Amino acid sequence: MYKIIKAEELSAGVQSFIVEAPLVARKCQAGQFIILRIDEAGERIPLTIADYDREKGTIQLIFQEVGDTTKQMGKLKTGDYLLDVAGPLGKATEVENFGTVVCIGGGIGVAPVYPIARAYKNAGNRVISIIGARNADLLIMEKEMRSVSDELFITTDDGSAGHKGLVVDPLKDMIAAGEKIARVMAIGPMVMMRGVAEVTRPHGIHTLVSLNPIMVDGTGMCGGCRCSVGGETKFACVDGPEFDGHQVDFNGLMSRARMYHTQERQCKGDGSCHK
Amino acid sequence: MQGGRIMSQVKHKMPEQDAQVRRHNFNEVALGYDAETAKAEAARCLQCKHAPCRKGCPVEIDIPAFIQQVKDGDFVAANSIIRDYNNLPAVCGRVCPQEDQCEKLCIRGIKGEPVGIGRLERFVADFSLGGTCPLPPPPPEVKIGKVAVIGGGPASLTVAGDLARMGYQITLFEALHTAGGVLMYGIPEFRLPKDIVKCEIETLKYLGVEVVVNAVIGKTFTVDELMQEEGYDAVFIGTGAGLPHFMKMPGENLNGVYSANEFLTRVNLMKAYKFPETATPVQIGRNVAVVGGGNVAMDSARTALRLGAENVYIVYRRSRDEMPARAEEVEHAHEEGVIFQLLTNPVQVVGDENGWVKGLECVQMELGEPDASGRRRPMEKPDSNFVLDVETVVIAIGQGPNPLIQDTTPGMDTNKHGNIVADDDGKTTKEGVFAGGDIVTGAATVILAMGAGKKAAASIHAYVQHKKQG
Ligand SMILES: Cc1cc2nc3c(=O)[nH]c(=O)nc-3n(C[C@H](O)[C@H](O)[C@H](O)COP(=O)(O)OP(=O)(O)OC[C@H]3O[C@@H](n4cnc5c(N)ncnc54)[C@H](O)[C@@H]3O)c2cc1C
Ligand code: SF4
Ligand code: FES
Repeated sequence: MYKIIKAEELSAGVQSFIVEAPLVARKCQAGQFIILRIDEAGERIPLTIADYDREKGTIQLIFQEVGDTTKQMGKLKTGDYLLDVAGPLGKATEVENFGTVVCIGGGIGVAPVYPIARAYKNAGNRVISIIGARNADLLIMEKEMRSVSDELFITTDDGSAGHKGLVVDPLKDMIAAGEKIARVMAIGPMVMMRGVAEVTRPHGIHTLVSLNPIMVDGTGMCGGCRCSVGGETKFACVDGPEFDGHQVDFNGLMSRARMYHTQERQCKGDGSCHK
Repeated sequence: MQGGRIMSQVKHKMPEQDAQVRRHNFNEVALGYDAETAKAEAARCLQCKHAPCRKGCPVEIDIPAFIQQVKDGDFVAANSIIRDYNNLPAVCGRVCPQEDQCEKLCIRGIKGEPVGIGRLERFVADFSLGGTCPLPPPPPEVKIGKVAVIGGGPASLTVAGDLARMGYQITLFEALHTAGGVLMYGIPEFRLPKDIVKCEIETLKYLGVEVVVNAVIGKTFTVDELMQEEGYDAVFIGTGAGLPHFMKMPGENLNGVYSANEFLTRVNLMKAYKFPETATPVQIGRNVAVVGGGNVAMDSARTALRLGAENVYIVYRRSRDEMPARAEEVEHAHEEGVIFQLLTNPVQVVGDENGWVKGLECVQMELGEPDASGRRRPMEKPDSNFVLDVETVVIAIGQGPNPLIQDTTPGMDTNKHGNIVADDDGKTTKEGVFAGGDIVTGAATVILAMGAGKKAAASIHAYVQHKKQG
């Protein structure tokens, strides 16, 4: 059992949990994730580690209440428990002093981008961050991102915060202005990551995206998380979750993400898919 | 039958759920002997002096001795004889390929059917469980060493049990949320009830074994960390053959294509057959093709039927004689209505415009000369392609070793397939590190994994005591 030390709502429908998981906190690195199960009837879902405290043995998970499990999780409070937390899983982000790196987080994707931006910053990079959301209410972790970035751009679809538009807009401007970008890390909805990759591709800017396909074990045992990268089948849980954005078959991934749409409609997040 | 002279040439039948009933439920198919039938079956044994059956048993159970006790009605004594050799008799009695092992060499099999050794083993083990999970005698209190056991399959369960009984402090690290390995996530409930496996794990806990689940070695800890920082005298690796192979054919990433591992894990470990009461879904079409001819393929096909598929095909490139599955599973699958599409090899999965499977294109095969495995090599018949109309495809063509530990353990050799190199006693090329089961041999059987575990336990004991004295 893994105790939720602190449950907190970051914005409408976006929650943060600080969870006691000393074996994970001991070693996890930016870019890695865990697999959790709420209870005996629960499914195994992956969540990126948004932050960790090795001394206290805790990790931070940030999630949006979208599926059955995350809606269930939204009802848990400080002091409640998760039944299983396994990890740290996946490959850690490669962190060196590359020069100037651009970190892009869209929606809930800001959470996983934050530890990576921090690691880049600590390694001496100049970190330019772009975070975006549909509107100001849904924007998360602005303060945290600001603290690890040399420059921070904010975009919202409706202009209620920062620039009105998409996260790729400031990126395009930067490229047009001749900014020398060593690499781009983009995490967010699949269409956003694809969009970023399309913007950087003609300029040959190395672009990493972090994939979160449906997973079961998270250890390379089931192949459910497979995706096509550069024409080769990869298992996102062990070969990733980060891949070269110019090589990823996003269409295939978006199709696989729909695999259980019919079943998901049966689950209303009200416990009907749990006893 | 009294005098033993006019004995039946055939095994006593084991009662089973009717095929038409069981193809719709997940309850156990075979129901086991009752005491009278067991005694009668035991009476078929000739008590051969040379006991050829024993030589077919990978752990050399004293078969005639336990059968004699069954015949005499002393089932408790029979159980303790089996337990001297086999830690998991209730499991092995159900899943061992007896027809290739003990029963293959049984003298009675020369004229008629062999003694039902597997059925008797199962009866004895179940009788001793009596529907409960009895507790073993407490282990020694003073601990003579500390050993880490990685993985929770039959190899590791055996090592943990044997060493705990000798007085070792054991921690078993399992990546998933429950130990048991393939016994929990792979082999279905209708063939091996999960309560039997849970009982084995409870027994280990009672013996003082600390079971740490959700611990992925190579990630959570490395083998070196376990020995250097966490103070384990030795490490046993029993991580199995968990990496699913795909055919590498076009269309394999379409929606509706599963590896057998994923399909079976969703259903067995995550209980997707109870969805939406449980939260893990599984996608099942009206028509399902399972590619492969082993136990994993049979389990997948029979699981698909139970999930409600109407037509389930086994697509296998050789003929029935070459199928590696247990004879009983093939028989059961056949009775339940699985359609055998033999001498058939898939070439591509056909998808619809939305990325879903709508068919499996196959080519017909014929058998040529024997290959390295001694089985006749299948060859494609030209222009024989056809499409099976299916909405679900399960790939069950085998599993390889998961590289997580090998990649993070310097100094431990692996072979060209990525399996860990270990000698007969389970010693790897790295001091203090032992390995056994499928991670060494490649996908094999429960009893071989268990046998490897027994040898490794003895060799770990020798190693640790030697080190402590030196
Ligand atoms: C569907 C199916 C049906 C089968 N049917 C039969 C049958 O009828 N008869 C028979 O004899 N055999 C059968 N087999 C084969 C048999 O189950 C295996 O040979 C046997 O289980 C191997 O045991 P093992 O202990 O080596 O590994 P496994 O049972 O594979 O257990 C390995 C365990 O290690 C864990 N693990 C892996 N990596 C790590 C890590 N890095 N850190 C921590 N834990 C880890 C895994 O999660 C797993 O629990 C079947 C196999 C399958 C898949
Ligand atoms: S070979 Fe058959 S008949 Fe002979 S001892 Fe073994 S089980 Fe009995
Ligand atoms: S989640 Fe099972 S292999 Fe990646």
